[in-house]
Amino acid sequence: MEDLVVQRPEGLYCPPGDFHIDPWRPVERAVITHAHADHARLGHGHYLAAAPSEGVLRARLGAIDLQLLAYGEAITHHGVRLSLHPAGHVLGSAQVRLEHGGRVWVASGDYKVAPDPTCAPFEPVRCDVFITESTFGLPIYRWRPDAELMASVNDWWSHNVLAGRASVLGCYSFGKAQRILAGIDPGIGPVLVHGAVQPLNEAYRAAGVALPDTRIATEVKDRSELRRALVLCPPSAIASPWMRRFGDAGTAFASGWMQLRGARRRGGYDRGFVLSDHADWPGLLGAIAATGAQRVIVTHGSAAAMVRYLCEQGLDAGAFDTEYGDDRIEADLAEPAPAQEGP
Amino acid sequence: MKRFSQLFAELDATTSTNAKVDALQRYFAAAPAADAAWAVYFLAGGKPRQVMPMALLAQLACEEAGIAAWLFDECYQAVGDLAETIAHVLPDSGETSDVGLAEWVEDRLLPLRGLPPEAIAPRVRGWWRELDDHGRFLLTKLVGGGFRVGVSRLLVQRALAAHGGIDPKRVAQRMMGYTDGKTMPSAARFAALLAAQEEGGEPSPADAGQPYPFFLAHQLDGAAETFAARLGPVADWQVEWKYDGIRGQLVRRQGQAWLWSRGEELVTERFPEIVALAQALPNGTVLDGEILAWKDDAESGLSASLAGGPAPFSLLQQRIGRKNLTRKVLAEAPVTFLAYDLLEQDGVDVRDLPQRERRERLERLLAGTGIRLSPVATAESWLDFARQRARSRELGVEGFMLKRLDAAYGTGRTKADGLWWKWKIDPMSIDCVLVYAQAGHGRRASVYTDYTFAVWNREPQDDAEVEQVLRAIARKDPPVPGALQLVPFAKAYSGLTDEEFRQVDALIRRSTVEKFGPVRSVRPSLVFELGFEGINRSSRHRSGIAVRFPRMLRIRHDKPLREANTLADLEALLG
Repeated sequence: MEDLVVQRPEGLYCPPGDFHIDPWRPVERAVITHAHADHARLGHGHYLAAAPSEGVLRARLGAIDLQLLAYGEAITHHGVRLSLHPAGHVLGSAQVRLEHGGRVWVASGDYKVAPDPTCAPFEPVRCDVFITESTFGLPIYRWRPDAELMASVNDWWSHNVLAGRASVLGCYSFGKAQRILAGIDPGIGPVLVHGAVQPLNEAYRAAGVALPDTRIATEVKDRSELRRALVLCPPSAIASPWMRRFGDAGTAFASGWMQLRGARRRGGYDRGFVLSDHADWPGLLGAIAATGAQRVIVTHGSAAAMVRYLCEQGLDAGAFDTEYGDDRIEADLAEPAPAQEGP
Repeated sequence: MKRFSQLFAELDATTSTNAKVDALQRYFAAAPAADAAWAVYFLAGGKPRQVMPMALLAQLACEEAGIAAWLFDECYQAVGDLAETIAHVLPDSGETSDVGLAEWVEDRLLPLRGLPPEAIAPRVRGWWRELDDHGRFLLTKLVGGGFRVGVSRLLVQRALAAHGGIDPKRVAQRMMGYTDGKTMPSAARFAALLAAQEEGGEPSPADAGQPYPFFLAHQLDGAAETFAARLGPVADWQVEWKYDGIRGQLVRRQGQAWLWSRGEELVTERFPEIVALAQALPNGTVLDGEILAWKDDAESGLSASLAGGPAPFSLLQQRIGRKNLTRKVLAEAPVTFLAYDLLEQDGVDVRDLPQRERRERLERLLAGTGIRLSPVATAESWLDFARQRARSRELGVEGFMLKRLDAAYGTGRTKADGLWWKWKIDPMSIDCVLVYAQAGHGRRASVYTDYTFAVWNREPQDDAEVEQVLRAIARKDPPVPGALQLVPFAKAYSGLTDEEFRQVDALIRRSTVEKFGPVRSVRPSLVFELGFEGINRSSRHRSGIAVRFPRMLRIRHDKPLREANTLADLEALLG
């Protein structure tokens, strides 16, 4: 029997349904798991995504032909029954469940299993074949609870306030930034963001996610306020002239890659907070087991190691070679600085 | 361990030197002296003889984590640090140990030495249960060394000096030999580092062999035409040849002699001929100079006053690491001490005297002793010095040392007390092809930064022949004997900027042919200019050649593979 999802040069493809999932080249019909740039690209004819992702998708891609589905709501297309289920990665992220000819396949997109106040929690979906990400698919990656991480961010910020310097925290503008905003203690000082982060904050607020007030850093002229502030920005901004306004600032980076001391030191940040929007090793194994799938296809990340491990556990495992960008540490650092904000 | 772990976390969390000194000071103030003694030892680069094989630790970690050895290796490749890999794979303990650092080392780790694996295993497993992630990481580091936390010896000394309210130079002097492993760190030794300065002063009999911290030179770059403007007139400087030996300090006190190397290793026993020379020195003398293999019969050409000349470093190398000195070895690789500075005279520290004065005293002191004096080179101008320097390689030296005549003898690589420049000759260089790559360690973990380079076994006839070799490599065909091929000859991992490393890393990932464990072979496409300090024949290398201190000078994007150098070009450099 033909596979429900196969690998094509333009991305993952469902032959009976004639549509793609997160394709990296322009196609007619694209199902988008979430609005991160390497999964949601411009140029497709028609987009299908989970309803809560509408605001961020439009903020990022502008006027697209976008069809929305509530989580759990099903549609049938060319005989393939399709539904979207929360992936817990970022606001509106979804797993794609496909049912056809009595078989169920689930493509995970990116996911995390730990709770996150800014998006719906990951929902395990039973299936025959599970297509999973594996960004952090090695046993060295095990995350601490969010409360602990947020406490350490608050500590770092408070120390900097006492030392009279700004706390500039690099993180993905979409997802990570809002998760941090939802977790920090806004009583410590002013909360500022880079111009790339603010539109996403607004999209989150519009979707009903409670975030503390944020102002754009370039609009704050009072130096004493800058020196007490927590400032969220894309990592690339930390190396740009934009940083000059803060003078001697504390710098940090929030990412799963910060688990590795080498990556932390290479970045040259004062602090690295191990905060990821992907599942860690136990999270991946737990999610895979919960699907009950006997066949697992691993996409990006430490795919080879994960495939070998799953095979040793008696599963039928293989890999798809995708062009999603998360398999390298540098990819995390390379989010392009948006042009709208000058130095 | 908790306190040391906290210190380590603070040091690791900042790139600011002042913040590090602060953290160290706070630690010294709070920690018991016995623990602080070990902290100083480890942070200053001390490494005890290994108490158990690192492979055993890795194996125990696999068992404890319930993962296969291959998966552990994958993890290690990603992390690039064994201690960190072990700490990350072990299951959570939720405990932190209250056992102090000294107790950890002295009562727990050191007694492991010589125990069979089955006796070691249960202890290590028990310790892991007492420790959190950071503690486990440090435990492995205590066994294997290599903290790499951005704390230099100089920084430890600064913090100790600030903590004890004493002169950093004095701390530096007291710390000489602190990490050589001959005496264990202890509360008493730690207290001695911080002891108030006595009238009449050091040294106590136990410390009679104590050397001074070496003064180090800064690298001088740029064209000689700019020197007059940058350095002033040549008359302000004492200029000497720069030798390719081992920097050494010869201490003569209380009827005995000690010879220390730059690495603060006591090497007295390896060089009996230097000890013999030292007998002619009065007690209370300390000389700075160079340990060199020496050819008496050679025309040195360095100076009319100097008989013989320096032999290649490879000859000196035969003496390093050799504990058993036979008559044959002593005859084949004779060694001498070439003195260039006087640090102590008649038991008095003279490092604060100006260079000019120290030199005069040194010349008077050595007259008639048989100890060779590093000759002072003279010239009318910097351009004249540049012309003389061009002959360095044929004279067996590495360029010039420039010492300001009014300079005191400083500590380490500082500019506060005086100024020394090293004006080295350009390295030898060869254009070669990147053929293998391996991920680096530490801050280069998971980035391909360690490269193997190859030259052609002979000149390629044309591009077509080169293309044929590339296709064979891509097909993983073994090289055909006698046909054109690339011969690996050197490894290098320094010289590129972070940005260049990022680009080459991306290229390596795109052009990987095969993976052999951590090593990737690549489809050759990049030519590098590789610099090195020396070249010798070697039976241990496939190319038959070994180079010293190879490093990447630049990427030659402008050069096609065909124009990379050949084995014959390397051999021509052998001279």
